Amino acid sequence: MGMTIAEKIIALAAGVSEVKAGNIYTVTLDRMMSNDGTTHLTVDMYHNKLKHPRIADPEKMVFIVDHNVPSDSPKTAASQKKMRDFAREHGIDFWEGKGVCHQIMMERYVRPGELIFGADSHTCTYGALGAFGTGVGCTDLLYGMVTGTSWLLAPETVKFQLVGKLPQGVYPRDLMLTIIGEIGANGVNYQVMEFCGEGAKTLSVSDRMVLCNLAVEAGAKTAIFEADEIALAYLKERGREPKAVLKSDEDAVYAREYTFDLSKIQPVAARPDFVDDVVPAKEVCGVRIDEAFLGSCNNGRIDDLRAGAAIVKGRKVSDHVRFLVVPASQEVYLQALHEGLIDTFMKSGAIVMNPNCSVCWGSCQGVIGENEVLISTGTRNFKGRAGHPSSKVYLGSAATVAASAVKGEICTADMLDETRI
Amino acid sequence: MEQFTGNVWTLGDDIDTDIIIPTEYLALKTIEEMKQYGFSPLRPKLASQIRQGDMIVAGKNFGCGSSREQAPEVIKALGIRCIIAKSFARIFFRNSINNGLLLIEQPDLYDDLKEGDSITVTVNHGIDYQGKHYPIASLPDNLMEIIEAGGLVKAMRRKNGLECV
Amino acid sequence: MGQTIIEKIISHNTGKESVKPGEIVVVSVDRVMLDDIMIPFIADKFEEMGFAKIWDSDKVVLIYDHLVPASQLDDTRHYKVGDHFAEQYGLKHVHRSDGICHQLMTEAGYVKPGDVVFGTDSHTTTYGCVAAFSTGIGYTEMAAILGTGSLWVKVPETIRIVIEGRLPDYVMSKDVILRIIGDLGADGATYRALEFCGSGVDQMSVSSRMTMANMAIEAGAKCALFTPDEKTAQYCQVELDSWQKSLAGDEDASYYKTITYRAEDFVPVMACPSQVDKICNVADLEGIQIDQVFIGSCTNGRLEDLQMAARVLKGKKVAPFVKLIVTPASRKVYEEAGACGVLNVLAEAGAIITHPGCGLCCGRTGGILGDGERVVATNNRNFLGRMGTSKVEIYLASPAVAAACAVAGKITADFSCGGES
Repeated sequence: MGMTIAEKIIALAAGVSEVKAGNIYTVTLDRMMSNDGTTHLTVDMYHNKLKHPRIADPEKMVFIVDHNVPSDSPKTAASQKKMRDFAREHGIDFWEGKGVCHQIMMERYVRPGELIFGADSHTCTYGALGAFGTGVGCTDLLYGMVTGTSWLLAPETVKFQLVGKLPQGVYPRDLMLTIIGEIGANGVNYQVMEFCGEGAKTLSVSDRMVLCNLAVEAGAKTAIFEADEIALAYLKERGREPKAVLKSDEDAVYAREYTFDLSKIQPVAARPDFVDDVVPAKEVCGVRIDEAFLGSCNNGRIDDLRAGAAIVKGRKVSDHVRFLVVPASQEVYLQALHEGLIDTFMKSGAIVMNPNCSVCWGSCQGVIGENEVLISTGTRNFKGRAGHPSSKVYLGSAATVAASAVKGEICTADMLDETRI
Repeated sequence: MEQFTGNVWTLGDDIDTDIIIPTEYLALKTIEEMKQYGFSPLRPKLASQIRQGDMIVAGKNFGCGSSREQAPEVIKALGIRCIIAKSFARIFFRNSINNGLLLIEQPDLYDDLKEGDSITVTVNHGIDYQGKHYPIASLPDNLMEIIEAGGLVKAMRRKNGLECV
Repeated sequence: MGQTIIEKIISHNTGKESVKPGEIVVVSVDRVMLDDIMIPFIADKFEEMGFAKIWDSDKVVLIYDHLVPASQLDDTRHYKVGDHFAEQYGLKHVHRSDGICHQLMTEAGYVKPGDVVFGTDSHTTTYGCVAAFSTGIGYTEMAAILGTGSLWVKVPETIRIVIEGRLPDYVMSKDVILRIIGDLGADGATYRALEFCGSGVDQMSVSSRMTMANMAIEAGAKCALFTPDEKTAQYCQVELDSWQKSLAGDEDASYYKTITYRAEDFVPVMACPSQVDKICNVADLEGIQIDQVFIGSCTNGRLEDLQMAARVLKGKKVAPFVKLIVTPASRKVYEEAGACGVLNVLAEAGAIITHPGCGLCCGRTGGILGDGERVVATNNRNFLGRMGTSKVEIYLASPAVAAACAVAGKITADFSCGGES
């Protein structure tokens, strides 16, 4: 019987010829990523809970400090030091302040066909390159680190057939929020979202990352695109070779199928406090905001900065709004610097921060206060996620966020008047 | 002449404003919330040990560093009656006067006494410690006016006709 | 009988023929600076004092810098209080994310030679770089000035510091002022004014002078003054009038003391933990391992500082496991550093470049350290606990030294970073 891409990756990692959804397999992990959200806990367990602590293969490990950069308290400094010291001692690849973990993983490590664990829920991002990436807790990560293996319940796959092309001014983020709004926050619980169809071919790797990254917000274990020529070109540009280029078989079994017509997608926003409370952006227009955030592993790449900069160019951020612009990585920052986007943002009055998770993670930078309202390109709008429990977070595209920052209230880009300085 | 007696806490030279109240706590809403962190980088327990009417005796350059007025306010809120030091930093000195916290410059006392001892202060006159008298200078008139008004806020309220002399 | 610069400014301001040290006078205030940390306290005291209006709202500048970006839940409350105060009393000059207060006061033209300026921050002494009498005060006095436009001051004695000659390459005005503070002691200038002159000072840019005026407070000084020249005029975008041109110490003025240095004798130095006057030659500290480097602050976050760092870092990489944090002093500095390629060099070398603000220097965010960590920093204070726990060691240095240390991962004055310079 045929297999989906996800099943084939598990088969490769488990060294078996066939994988069936619902069965449990012992897999060899291709790589593990851990960030400063939890690594200090993993390190503590490594030192305190194990009889014979060892690392199966340090070359498979990547530690990334991205959640609180630069650190904002002695406590985070101590966690990060623990992580840094451990990485140094064991020869583990270590990144600090160079970007959000998933962006660095995509730029530097992920290869099609790999099975990757990350101690962060948005590890599902790696499906954009045809890899199986999934988020785990620090105990799972520790087990993987020590043994090089783990167990995995093979998930069912749900097929998302994409047709058509996104209209001008509508972004992959609008598409993914629309999908989540439709299927719900647990719409694909423990399943794999496989994106395919001619619509998928219109999406760049960066676009695909937007979709895969948010899959966890619909409960998915991961999301995946076939590693096609677009993915392979991205890989080649960065001097990497695929582990395996896999396609789903014609007769592969899917739990369900959905079809989304990209040409019908409109700008949308997710209302507080749920990612699946998605409405047309026009419906929330007029909500006064205190802060706008353009960044995160979901939407802090060069395409997103270009979209935002095009809107703020020659305009000023509203006096009462703090507009945080946070490139997803140093590579993105350098590119944006080169293209003059950083200058555009600075001249508009934005606050341009170093690459990191920033207010998406709700700490360290741009924390919002009591009853404040944030419109964000971050991953989540859960209650209190960005600061005070009484604060509110709306999610929208980079264009909607930038336009709202200028207007001082939620609006879509087409609602700004044409005046530019 | 006003006179009072109390126990002393001794601190060293160059006690800076970051020691008196670290920046981390400066944005707390009230001095009451802040005061528990007073002196925490240097002596974490000190804030809880100080009793109303105690005095601080220190070396040179007390209060150097930032202009944060929270520093004298925290010290006052902890119950410190006055600070006696070899010398004070300029901004801290003004801030203390403006909040009605008495500061006394005395070059020798610090070298002679030890923590926990009791001293008697006679304002604008001198300090008595174990039978020895340590003279102190009087404050200039314009500063005594502010102190006598009960601080600069009260002095301004008088000026604006909100409080009678 | 001749006068020193500070005596001339105070005489002029008070309409007196001359003033003498020790004399208590009431000055009319030309400008005040209010910062975000202090604004709630200033607003409270102002209202408690019973004032109905501000004496001259055009003379008031409100700047958010210590708490930008917000890192703690309650930080944005300070913006709200500030915005409300500004609106209620008609403040015309509010900067919400444009950089550090002292940089903005001079750079944005709020301070002119001969002005009398007060600010709620101890480094207000900075404006002496353009021959303004400026000093830090508490929030209660600030509230009183807002109501009355005046303040009493005691005319200070003046210490004259003469620097003749030319500084060696890579030796910066930071090395000069650190050496002077070491020689004077942390209270050596308490209640006194510093006056800098000599050919070594004439050659310095306004930015370099700013570094020295900024740190004068670390020797306890009330203010620090430089005679205005063509560079000052250009920087302030004014034509100096004859009185402003006369702001030099007279030959027969009376000084508390005069200290003379030969510029050629200065070498790279550091202030060692945890006293600003504990000065050592970098050569004597060579080899001490470090964890982090910070280039920024109102002391050393200007374009020439970043250019010097870039000169050292060009084509090099920050040492593994060492963090280099760069925080430009203002939006303008950031934009200029971007335009001339400096940010690019720094980011390529691995620097974490943050938005302009006080950042790590004020110890609230921007790279807080933990127990046992050691940092080389270009700012103005190395007090116990200033940048994290009391077990953090802070070494203060120039941007050139800081950059060299970042590459080496240890204290060094090898500006060629092991190669040909």
